[in-house]
Amino acid sequence: MSALTALARASAVQAGVAQPIATVRHVHLSSRPLVFIPLSLAGEAHAPLAALVGSSVESPQLLVVPQPRNRDQRFGFAATLAEILVSYVDSFCGETETVAVDRGRDVRERYVDAPQILVPNGGGIGFVRLFGRSTRFRRTTGEWAVDPAVPLLGRWLTFFAERAEYPGSSMLVSMTGALGMHWATGQSSVEDANLAALLGWIAPPAGMTGAEAALEAEDPLRWPPAGPATDPTFDNEVLAPAIESGSLSTLEKALRDQLEPTWELMWRGVSLLRALPAGSRVERRWADDRGAFTGYVEYVAEGGFPQAKLDVAVAAAQRLAKLERAQALYDAQRAYDDPLVLAEYRLTGEAFAGSVVASSPDRLDASGKKRVLRPHITVRSDDPVRLGPGVTVVSPARPAQKGRIVSVSGSDVVLELSGGMGRGLTAPPGSVPEVGERLTYTTLTESYQAPAAFPSRDETPWTHGGPPAEYVPDNEDAAEEWS
Amino acid sequence: MTSLDRLRGDVQPKNHNARTIAALTANPGCSRRAVMDAAGIDKSRLASYIGFPARFGQSQFAITRGNAFEAQLKANGCAELLRLLREALKLPIEEASYDDLESLEQMDARAARSRQLLTRAASGEEGAGTLFDHPLLRLEVGGRWVYLEPDLVALRTGGKFYVVEIKSFAVIDGQADGTKVSAAATQSAVYVLALRRLLAEAGHDPLLVSHDVVLVCPENFSNRPVATLVDVRKKLSVLERQLSRMARIDAIVESLSPDLTFDLAPDSSGVPQRPASELVDGLGQVDARYSPECLANCELAFFCRHEARGTTASLGKSVREELGGVSSVELALSLASGSASPEPDQEEAAAMLRYAAKLRAEIVS
Ligand code: SF4
Repeated sequence: MSALTALARASAVQAGVAQPIATVRHVHLSSRPLVFIPLSLAGEAHAPLAALVGSSVESPQLLVVPQPRNRDQRFGFAATLAEILVSYVDSFCGETETVAVDRGRDVRERYVDAPQILVPNGGGIGFVRLFGRSTRFRRTTGEWAVDPAVPLLGRWLTFFAERAEYPGSSMLVSMTGALGMHWATGQSSVEDANLAALLGWIAPPAGMTGAEAALEAEDPLRWPPAGPATDPTFDNEVLAPAIESGSLSTLEKALRDQLEPTWELMWRGVSLLRALPAGSRVERRWADDRGAFTGYVEYVAEGGFPQAKLDVAVAAAQRLAKLERAQALYDAQRAYDDPLVLAEYRLTGEAFAGSVVASSPDRLDASGKKRVLRPHITVRSDDPVRLGPGVTVVSPARPAQKGRIVSVSGSDVVLELSGGMGRGLTAPPGSVPEVGERLTYTTLTESYQAPAAFPSRDETPWTHGGPPAEYVPDNEDAAEEWS
Repeated sequence: MTSLDRLRGDVQPKNHNARTIAALTANPGCSRRAVMDAAGIDKSRLASYIGFPARFGQSQFAITRGNAFEAQLKANGCAELLRLLREALKLPIEEASYDDLESLEQMDARAARSRQLLTRAASGEEGAGTLFDHPLLRLEVGGRWVYLEPDLVALRTGGKFYVVEIKSFAVIDGQADGTKVSAAATQSAVYVLALRRLLAEAGHDPLLVSHDVVLVCPENFSNRPVATLVDVRKKLSVLERQLSRMARIDAIVESLSPDLTFDLAPDSSGVPQRPASELVDGLGQVDARYSPECLANCELAFFCRHEARGTTASLGKSVREELGGVSSVELALSLASGSASPEPDQEEAAAMLRYAAKLRAEIVS
């Protein structure tokens, strides 16, 4: 929580409606996302109960497990879900594009589009992860055979769940998370976890304040919980008798009634997000997602093993370092794309905005062997400057150009510029900021950072268990009880 | 009649259990909750009556599953549990004897019998048992004795007691839901404390009761149990602090109006006759400290949230902090817009708020 967001929450209380905390959209939104709303049975270890799933608002498909404690029926549910999800995934394995990799030393093919799953909340992401875990090791032959689609579903769900941990990925997105990144409500983040209440604040029905709409949204009779947990009263008064009755149509109706309001909310969320213009770096991140997707399609096609149960030591450390780098990059990208996000850094002194009051675009630095073009500009800052000489800053308006702070006196900051001006000793017109131009400079950088060196798999130090064995699922995995 | 009896009115005090005692520690700074709980007032009933019913329902599926799991573990004289504990605690096999304390009907008799058996075990008597199923313990909470019933107490060689707590949430690949583990640990800490006090009263070393409790949960997606040791030292100290605070509740109660009561004044058929507005006024006389975490922990949360509208605390602790600790939303916004002038101790917060407001205004038109 930043001070700007906190202030936006306060303003939302006063205005009676959520306030924007982003000027552009920071998540990618597919033109045909797969909306997935899972419900699980209370008290069971992630036993699926029902789901509403589909990639268009008009045609949700209802999946129901008539006896949630019945193992065969659970795998039946998994097989049906697999059919829907895997064919959705497959529908993106069409057109590819050729992209340069390894700094231009090689090329590879990448699908031009990729699947995107939208779930209501963090619990929905947890369901995807655990349902993936409970299905990916199943065998399709022998004693505990399941439908061949089941383990494949498990691997895809696991793939999506792992992507969801990757900062900036849009392959598996929770609606509360996506909306909460763009709007601040007049309630707490605890209450924002309720999708109906969150949307109540963002788009209250006519004649209602956000607070009133959110209050109404908390009534589980009007707005059943968005899952995976169900409302206990529903369980006791509707679900239990419906299961008992043995009538599939009664059960289906009961579950459809629980799920449909959330279905409607999910698509309302989609429209709200679509109405925001996409940030300019969203496409770049989606390209990473497409790359990851392409890679996994190839891995599965080559007959790779399902994802291991737990990351081995080196893999876990590598993954953590990768996630940290991705987080830093994602933070920088959002700030570069969005002045409102950048403003948070101005508030904390990691950025300053101002106007150019002096510019010497032809200044040369002759101190080295070769003379180089190093223009100086003076920026009069609107913000308190908390950065000192020697610090390197970049302006999102000119990401290819670096500025090194030469001196700071009062609100005047002198910067020495390099990069983004061609190779000559005179700067092409427009490549050096001119007097009067308004700019923001920040220490955030989106430049490539070399990954930390980790020992390769075979060189895992003995302190971390020595080289790990490749994770090969065994009989026990295939037979794992599910009760 | 004590002041607490008067506050509660003419009804039996609401009984605590480990879960409600654990919940006491969720918001230790709240006098309202401390007073209500010390007086044994039925907060849930009160909240419903004044129009802010709590929503802490439990699904019958969850209850059924929990009971079935516990029954499975305890079948055949705790056979499955015993096997698990032998692994987790290295319980020597030959000493495993089992006392089912649940079957005794009378509360006091059960408590006495439990005390007798547990103290005998503590003195290292021959054949004193190693497993105690549902012993009944007592703990003093705000001047009243509360009965508590741990799932199981196990005794290991060397006379160490372990509280065993059975939960039906799953541990998957060695990981479980953090909130659930934490709640289970706090509840177990209540049992550890009660057991320690029991032993201390009988002249034994209270530290014979381990601060590690054994949490038994289903593993992965199966019914197979797995035991995990959880260190509850931190929970214990929070709990002890809160209980001693409850013991000093008198000071808070003394400061309340001498005719304040939350009596619902039921008529002869038990229907409350007390005007709700009087109860609301009464609640207003006892200081609360609402935060959004109350929603998951206290039956009065919807009422307190309603009352706390317009406070920065109701938006969450971090929002309040980011707004420089200013307590009301209106004041924070007035300071931000410059329409209110800050008190000397608000200067810094006000400057930050004005700056933040200026930035937002510059960008969001
Ligand atoms: S809900 Fe009210 S009474 Fe309960 S702990 Fe929170 S502030 Fe105190």
